Amino acid sequence: MSEQTTFVPAQTRSAVWMRLLLWAVLIVFAIWFLLPAYVVVGTSLKELEEIRGGSLLSLPHELNFWAWKHAWSEACIGVTCNGLEPYFWNSVKMAIPAVTLSTLLGALTGYALTKWQFKGANMVFALILFGCFVPFQVVILPMAQTLGIIGITNTVYGLILVHSVYGLAFTTLFFRNYYVTIPDELVRAATIDGAGFFTIFRRIILPLSPPIIVVSVIWQFTQIWNDFLFGASFTTGGAQPIMVAMNNLVNTTTGVKQYNVDMAAALITAAPTIFVYIVAGRYFVRGLTAGSVKG
Amino acid sequence: MKTISLSLVSALALSATFMATPSLANPKAEVLHYWTSGGEAAAVKSLQEAFAARGGEWVDAPVAGGGGDAQAAVLRARVLAGDPPAAVQIKGPNIQEWAEAGALADLSSVASAQNWDAVLPAAIQDIVKYEGNYVAVPVNVHRVDWIWANPEVLAKVGATVPTTWDEFNATADKLLAAGIIPLAHGGQPWQDATVFETVVLGIGGVDFYRKALVDLDMDALGSDTMVKVFDQMRKMRGYVDPDFPGRDWNLATAMVMRGEAAMQIMGDWAKGEFAAAGKVPGKDYICASTPSENGYLLNSDSFAMFEVSGEDNKQGQALLAELILGTEFQETFNLLKGSIPARTDVPRGKFDDCAIKSMDDMVSAAEGGTLLGSMAHEIAQSGAVRGAFIDVATAHFNSDMSSEEAVSKLVDAIKLAQ
Amino acid sequence: MTRPPLKLTDRIARALPQIVVAPSFAAILFFVYGFIIWTGYISLTKSKMLPNYNLIGFRPYERLFQMDRWSVALENLFVFGFLFIFAAIVIGCLLAILLDQKIRAEGFIRTIYLYPMAISFIITGTAWKWIMNPSLGLETVVRGWGWESFSFGWTNSETMAVYALVMAAVWQSAGFVMALFLSALRSVDQDIIKAASLDGASPWRIYIRIILPSMRPVFMSAVVILAHLAIKSFDLVVALTGGGPGYASTLPANFMYEMTFRRNEIGVGAASAMVMLATVAAIMVPYLYSELRGKKHV
Repeated sequence: MSEQTTFVPAQTRSAVWMRLLLWAVLIVFAIWFLLPAYVVVGTSLKELEEIRGGSLLSLPHELNFWAWKHAWSEACIGVTCNGLEPYFWNSVKMAIPAVTLSTLLGALTGYALTKWQFKGANMVFALILFGCFVPFQVVILPMAQTLGIIGITNTVYGLILVHSVYGLAFTTLFFRNYYVTIPDELVRAATIDGAGFFTIFRRIILPLSPPIIVVSVIWQFTQIWNDFLFGASFTTGGAQPIMVAMNNLVNTTTGVKQYNVDMAAALITAAPTIFVYIVAGRYFVRGLTAGSVKG
Repeated sequence: MKTISLSLVSALALSATFMATPSLANPKAEVLHYWTSGGEAAAVKSLQEAFAARGGEWVDAPVAGGGGDAQAAVLRARVLAGDPPAAVQIKGPNIQEWAEAGALADLSSVASAQNWDAVLPAAIQDIVKYEGNYVAVPVNVHRVDWIWANPEVLAKVGATVPTTWDEFNATADKLLAAGIIPLAHGGQPWQDATVFETVVLGIGGVDFYRKALVDLDMDALGSDTMVKVFDQMRKMRGYVDPDFPGRDWNLATAMVMRGEAAMQIMGDWAKGEFAAAGKVPGKDYICASTPSENGYLLNSDSFAMFEVSGEDNKQGQALLAELILGTEFQETFNLLKGSIPARTDVPRGKFDDCAIKSMDDMVSAAEGGTLLGSMAHEIAQSGAVRGAFIDVATAHFNSDMSSEEAVSKLVDAIKLAQ
Repeated sequence: MTRPPLKLTDRIARALPQIVVAPSFAAILFFVYGFIIWTGYISLTKSKMLPNYNLIGFRPYERLFQMDRWSVALENLFVFGFLFIFAAIVIGCLLAILLDQKIRAEGFIRTIYLYPMAISFIITGTAWKWIMNPSLGLETVVRGWGWESFSFGWTNSETMAVYALVMAAVWQSAGFVMALFLSALRSVDQDIIKAASLDGASPWRIYIRIILPSMRPVFMSAVVILAHLAIKSFDLVVALTGGGPGYASTLPANFMYEMTFRRNEIGVGAASAMVMLATVAAIMVPYLYSELRGKKHV
């Protein structure tokens, strides 16, 4: 699909130079993007002595996976010393329902707002969109009171609710912008055939949606997995998501810092989201492509 | 012997309360704390083990980050949700503020059974009591006004640890001339404030510290003495290396260890860092108090007990309170943490020289009226006022603001924060 | 007017789109706008440790604007927000155009550019802090290579710390913007491009005159997403500069958090939140209005 946008270079010397320049720029940016990853990975493989003594950017003397093992299954977080493993599963239990719920609601809302234009639909969309901009620090206190009143404070349901609500603004944005590009004729034809709201959604819209579902899922998964503030505020102890546990592991107020374990813990925590980006990255770009066909 | 008889008494006292409220509930307590990692976590774990050994069910709620920043948010969220944890790690005037909000439980019965009044220094009692009743339990005492020095490095310029600020400046100038960083420092607001308060104590004296930082006397805050304090801070700025902003305190400690820098001004948690690297006090490093008239800046961690419902929670709270202030836990915990016990009758045998010095100095400071709460570490002031002090101290230290300007900003900021 | 009355089921069927949107919309109304109203109310009270519902008027706002820290934070937000959005769009766009030139291993390079978006700053912050530390990081390394005057101590300078934040934030988001633009480039109508290049238009002209203007909706998505990242930037500051040196690089979200949870000034914290939201509204409402009105769907 990238066939035509490129311009066949004339067989000249300058074209070769352009090509080299292009690669040089790409590589410089690649180094810039990879630098922090290099520091994190390198440090996680070093011994503590080596970190105390040496440059942080130097290569590790030897590969030492002790810190990884320690962070995954042995490090103490609070009074339990089972590493990050149990918290990993907490995050999974929270992320899957929250991602599903917010994606589904976003799809339905986006569909209703674009294909069943009712009066004020744009206003509704604008109001929903503004929800993207509320800083999470602002909502902690009223949210705590609300969760307390509903009686789901300190539970995974509370977190699922919170993430679904604040993710909704984004998923609606994604789906709406995608569905705008699907020709209305498809829907109109189906209506004439007597198909209803949900039938059309199921039969026509959903089959066209996988690319944007991928986008929405990746986005939401990343946001929810990486959330610290809500996780810390609305869960405690054994129920905490991995981001909070990781933060507990690497933060010490007046204690000794084990940078190698900290970095290994950070990598373990980031592994699922990195994995998702690497595996689904191509679909991500494809999904965005499909979603942004002309205005 | 004393320990045994004490715990016997307490056991009797507790069983008496059990009988008064017949219930089969097991003691249970949710503990919100920010000691989540490494040595600090090990210290908390020792408490949890003692609690479990007495049949208690410990619900751990660790939230780390920024010396309690994240935890402060969590605590408010929990209180507003109507579900506060049983015990929460908070300190200083915050305890008073939570008590004023009616959120804390009264620990009088445990306190009188355990005779807390007799074993706690008055300065600590002031922190953990509200309207005469105990509402929190102190865990330890950290001293803040320490200089951690590398004797070998000081010897290079023929110096020893300074005992006056003039001497400090002279030594630092010599070190600078010799190409050695005189002061290892991390430019984070709380670290700037830590240096600031030791300078206030040293240059201004004990009474000035009390007037300015504790009583917030506007005349003292705007005085020429305060100008001199900022003058000294400006000098201190010249003694740190250019890379100091944002540096963690422990990296600064490592500079002293490696001999890149001669001294660090930091609380006694720095000892843990030396110990982890296998350094011996008196030989590899020296702990000395910062120059002052026998002043002692105290920082004390404590657990406040929140009002909870349910017999199991209440029993858990009482048991926890008793254990935290028990001699056994005070010893184990503080050996792990590098601080000294809050109660004065803990055997000293296992503590190192720096800790012993801290204990002696605290006793004599308490007698001489020179025992003061740390501002930087939230004992003398809480929330807004502490924040105002820190803002000005750090803004001055990190810019070329004049001392006079800093003093006038300080007066304005403190007025605004009150 | 003369239509026969509808049956109930028909009415439901007709109202179905609204009914489907209703729960989501209600949730947003409550959890976004309800909470904003709550915050607005609290910003007019003397709330300290816990929320307090006795109104005292605009005193918290007066105090807020007397605080030096707040003016610094607000100014930083404008500098940071503008530079961040601008740089992320320019770099993202540039990378997208470069990657669109039939690059071998495109997928691989794209993944490298995209991965920072997957990771929270709680994780990469320390790495950046080290890299930017003059004695530990890049500065020492580059000087070791012989470039003695190289200086990269941004986080250590009162004036440069904000730019350090911009750099790290761009690092995180540029790849995402690149993905947005790349996808848009791929979906531009190829016939127009062919026609233009047959007319002898140079590649740059085609990009500037035809391709980029056709990507308006993508700009909208990019601006919305980047603006939301800018206004919510919090972890970034905590991890990278701690708001320092002094409080030179603090941002409003950090200010709000500090006041509300650390300094027992919930009233002032709420006031700062309202000012932040008003700022966002002042910028986004006209933008959304112009984007959403007039067009058939959009």
